[in-house]
Amino acid sequence: MSTTTPAVAPKAVPPPSGLQERARKAKKKLTSPWASMIAVVIALAWTVPTFGLLVTSFRPELDIRQSGWWTVFGDALAGEGVFSLRNYEAALFSRSTSLIDFFVNSFVITLPAVFIPITIALLAAYGFAWIDFKGRDILFVAVFALQIVPIQITLIPLLRAYVDTGINGTFWPIWLSHSMFALPLAIFLLHNFMRDIPKSLVEAARVDGAGHVKIFFQVILPLLVPAIAAFAIFQFLWVWNDLLVALVMGGTDTFPLTVRVAELAGSRGGDWHVLSAGAFISILVPLIVFLALQRYFVRGLLAGSVKG
Amino acid sequence: MDWFLSAGDDPVHKLLLMVIAIALFVVVMALILFVVDRRRNPSKWFIAGGFVGPALILLTLGLLLPAGGTIVNSFQNRNGSEFIGLDNYIRAFSEPAFLLVLGNTALWVLVAPLLATFIGLVYAVVVDRSRFEKFAKALVFLPMAISMVGASIIWRFVYEFKPASVEQTGLLNQLVVWLGGEPVQFLLERPGNTFLLMVVLIWIQTGFSMTLLSASIRAIPTDIVEAARLDGLSGFGMFWRITIPSIRPALVVVLTTIAMTTLKVFDIVRTMTAGRYGTSVVANEFYEQSFRQNNAGLGAALAVLLFVIVIPVIIYNVRQMRLAEEVR
Repeated sequence: MSTTTPAVAPKAVPPPSGLQERARKAKKKLTSPWASMIAVVIALAWTVPTFGLLVTSFRPELDIRQSGWWTVFGDALAGEGVFSLRNYEAALFSRSTSLIDFFVNSFVITLPAVFIPITIALLAAYGFAWIDFKGRDILFVAVFALQIVPIQITLIPLLRAYVDTGINGTFWPIWLSHSMFALPLAIFLLHNFMRDIPKSLVEAARVDGAGHVKIFFQVILPLLVPAIAAFAIFQFLWVWNDLLVALVMGGTDTFPLTVRVAELAGSRGGDWHVLSAGAFISILVPLIVFLALQRYFVRGLLAGSVKG
Repeated sequence: MDWFLSAGDDPVHKLLLMVIAIALFVVVMALILFVVDRRRNPSKWFIAGGFVGPALILLTLGLLLPAGGTIVNSFQNRNGSEFIGLDNYIRAFSEPAFLLVLGNTALWVLVAPLLATFIGLVYAVVVDRSRFEKFAKALVFLPMAISMVGASIIWRFVYEFKPASVEQTGLLNQLVVWLGGEPVQFLLERPGNTFLLMVVLIWIQTGFSMTLLSASIRAIPTDIVEAARLDGLSGFGMFWRITIPSIRPALVVVLTTIAMTTLKVFDIVRTMTAGRYGTSVVANEFYEQSFRQNNAGLGAALAVLLFVIVIPVIIYNVRQMRLAEEVR
């Protein structure tokens, strides 16, 4: 359902031993000049566009219109060229764009939309993994299957329901929608992690007289912190970067950065001083979170559903 | 009551509402668990209901019922006042404008996943165990954190066009000019523009394929590699005869996962061209019809179409997952 639905992946590999290392080195015959060239070309294609827009976001408006961003290096050598934060200042605070308001909206949308579905999914995943009730397997397969429902198919009736109850245009429908849409993948992922916990641990707690609620909080939850982190990053990136749900369910007072920046791209498509700064304002937070928690993200991608 | 619903444009009020929403949620969940915990000799059903119930209720209200509603809508006219049979679907499959949309979507699904997977695979192989591996991977990995809106803006700037008489500010047109060509209005010219939009998705998704494929390349048993080496395989032969067959299940999973994302691509088309110049796809047309043209019936039919197209991809995916498990 999200942009990067993690799927089956091979198991994470233990670090190679000395013997394996030798075999690996032997395998590395592909390291030819050609291979290096391919690597460099791909690496450049994957970074230069971002770099170009980043440089642009610090250039004066007039310069951006008159010359390409690559000319700044020559100018800098000649002692010319000015960099400033003026574009960011204008994008964030000027009356016409005021991205700071939309930044607040992004934040207000994202926090509950990450916290709520994870909590509900954790409880459900526990129920599916450790409570033995009739029809459990069929229900779990049904939840798993719901992953294939494209959110587009739910939008019109949901919006109608929100209008009927009078909550449309506020944050509530956005929080609700994101929470509901996240559940199938969240339950599936967390259930997989949860089944990896040794049965003996849970049984020992049960013998000691602990009820399900106590087991959930004192035995399971502490062990699941990495899994929770992994899914939290998925969900955070998905919600912060989402355009469709926010656009359909929201109103002018609730639009997040993505909606506003996409709107600017349409209405002021040539104003690159605003667009470049705006794009980086919207990119910055997910980039920081992603870099800081990359380890968990990769683990989530790889281990997500190995034994599904 | 109004105070709890809407915060207007007051940022402090918004933040307060957010805290209240979270607190409200915590209280409700705590109450449910408290009741579950306190009941003496509860039945299994009671406990299971406490844990699984909230999720099932939300899934029913948020996914199942609305999906059913949309399927019904798709057989109705633009405001849902009467049934018109298959007319919406017939329109979607006969009007030239919609045929173009379907064709574009097919093109996206065929090309973008293949290229993203291929580039990710090649990159994973060439940087594998090189000195800069970590750094090199991070470079390709980073676009995964960037929103499709942000990525679209990054690439629109690359495609920027200026008349030949003035200096170019878009990198691609500057390259064209340096090579002695005339600047091109890249986003306006069919069918090239659709491929240029695909570049954005490929750019985002390659990190995903690289990560998964890189891990599965490392999982290839060394004795297989060693045996192949003794048989005189190396370089490209090794890649083609050993690496590719060994990671086939992972390749299929990556391809189908990206294909499902591609099918629903909306943000990129919306931000780059808003579906003009013959670049629209089903997901964008769904938005256009449902929320711009106010044709709920046709919009619903397009949404159902998205759902139907995704099914065979998933079935194939699940089959391959099963096969992959048997191999393990």
